[in-house]
Amino acid sequence: METCTEVAHGDVNIASDTRECSVTQAVAPPAISVPVRRVRARSWSGWAFVGPFMAVFALVFLAPIVYSIYLSLFRKQLVGGNSFVGIENYQRALEDAQFWSALGRVAVFLVVQVPIMLGIALLVALAIDSGRLYGRNFFRISIFLPYAVPAVVASLMWGFMYGTRFGLVGNINDAFGVSIPNPLSPDLVLAAIGNIVTWEFVGYNMLIFYSALRVIPTSLYEAAQIDGAGQWRVIRAIKLPAIRGALVIATIFSIIGSFQLFNEPSILQNLAPNAITTYFTPNLYAYSLSFSGQQYNYSATIAIIMGVITMIVAYVVQLRGMRKEA
Amino acid sequence: MTTLTPDAHAAAPTAGAGRTGRPARPVRLRRAYSVDRPRRSITLTVLTAIVLVYSLIPLVWLLINASKTQADLFSSFGLWFGDDFALGSNIVDTLTYDDGIFVRWLGNTLLYVVVGAGGATALAVLGGYGLAKFQFPGKKAVFATVIGAVAVPGTALAVPTFLMFSQMGLTNTPWAVIIPSLISPFGLYLMWTFAAEAIPTELMEAARVDGASEARTFAQISLPLLAPGIVTVLLFTMVATWNNYFLPLIMLKDPDWYPLTLGLNAWNAQAATAGGQAIFNLVITGAVLTILPLVVAFLFLQRYWQSGLAAGSVKE
Repeated sequence: METCTEVAHGDVNIASDTRECSVTQAVAPPAISVPVRRVRARSWSGWAFVGPFMAVFALVFLAPIVYSIYLSLFRKQLVGGNSFVGIENYQRALEDAQFWSALGRVAVFLVVQVPIMLGIALLVALAIDSGRLYGRNFFRISIFLPYAVPAVVASLMWGFMYGTRFGLVGNINDAFGVSIPNPLSPDLVLAAIGNIVTWEFVGYNMLIFYSALRVIPTSLYEAAQIDGAGQWRVIRAIKLPAIRGALVIATIFSIIGSFQLFNEPSILQNLAPNAITTYFTPNLYAYSLSFSGQQYNYSATIAIIMGVITMIVAYVVQLRGMRKEA
Repeated sequence: MTTLTPDAHAAAPTAGAGRTGRPARPVRLRRAYSVDRPRRSITLTVLTAIVLVYSLIPLVWLLINASKTQADLFSSFGLWFGDDFALGSNIVDTLTYDDGIFVRWLGNTLLYVVVGAGGATALAVLGGYGLAKFQFPGKKAVFATVIGAVAVPGTALAVPTFLMFSQMGLTNTPWAVIIPSLISPFGLYLMWTFAAEAIPTELMEAARVDGASEARTFAQISLPLLAPGIVTVLLFTMVATWNNYFLPLIMLKDPDWYPLTLGLNAWNAQAATAGGQAIFNLVITGAVLTILPLVVAFLFLQRYWQSGLAAGSVKE
């Protein structure tokens, strides 16, 4: 009995726990005879499993966060070393036009690229899950394949293809006598990066959606058929609600990814030095500040501001996603 | 399920094949299209093939151009072969250029993947199992901390991590790359949800009643049930470590410790520097060699993985 209340009380997935609980009661009556002492001892044993993760986590996640908060409150001076400046670095960031332009750029990227990418991923996942494709395993594996390609290779590869010299764009221009504008020009480079990121992550998101779709019980589809529901109705009434959790998770990961945009612009910089500035994205800006400018304190400030913004946006998305579920 | 069978089959064409269903068809054909085996659609296949082509064209481009000489790269059409088929000599050049530095980078990458991704998977499996199957004090705090920390841009944390590691004397050593790779919050999340589904609590209870320690219950009862999930997490952490760019970029100065990603970018950047030798053919061939092991590993693991997915969808 103790195990039952133990398992059921207050947790994230109460529903499944209570179900397990009733199963335990029905199937395994011997559990009742487990002495109380043993149950209490077990209550700490979870730490034996979670402990190692949390220890390393504290070292590589929590410590740097604390350290960067510390850094952001100081300023290094030529004379006198570090001095406490309070929120001065934050005030500076608020008035920093370069930071705002970087933030604006990733915001545009987020609003345009993420819905396109997730939309394509969802459509493909639904198509593959519908079982109505010829060779669906080939589709699933091939579309996922770009995820296995490092961002460096993806950026170099697309960068070469974008090239007007020996890239596909140059080929097409020569062959058809047209002049497609250079994707690596300052006006188009953000879209060019959006295309690279979409290419890299469509398959990954597709797989998240597809895995969520696979665990929907077939009996639901059978019931829908008996009710005479068509494909679209099944998608709207059964499939999309069932994978809402996956949709929210994928959206949050994509938001985080957009705010962290670094690899692709950083690598393309060699191919398009005029189009990609040192403050192209907030991350690139933070990187340039600390590794070219030695402004570690201000760089940490930018990192923290971006962290807070990301957390707020991710939290709002999570809240909205969960509310719809209710 | 059994009682439903006649009805389900009768209704199958309507929903299974959408609006085009023909309920009046002979019994034999009706049976062919069930919920599990709906009618194939050419239109849908063609539409999805657009995404397929989009996904594969760049890889085809890469493969074709890995067979070209530096001169052909500039003079021939991108999606067809050049005058000389130089794949062999490109591979040899890639592996031997600059005293075989590429092989050294490959070895470094393997080291980072084996220790980093292997360790990350082990930690995520243990942690996910603990979170899914145990109640313990501070569990909610663990949940909140991990979820909260994931939202902090990891790449932006790199600066303080770099400064910390540099004070600990870890920068410019393999540890600087390996230690941060050991944490995969996404792996933890995957393992958590997987363990919650895959391991019946009553099975663990039974083992405990039989007097098995928690460690033994984990190793003998839970671990085999977690195998498909472990493969999935291993795949994701492997990809993450193999493809890691930002972390080594800030942590490593010495090209001898570079992973492949950093090395390739250095080769590419070489063309832009004054007096640097342009070796785009080696960059492209190196890129092919870089993605090849991962693609092979992925296709190989896919077999296990499919069984994992199938196991998940059995539950009714």
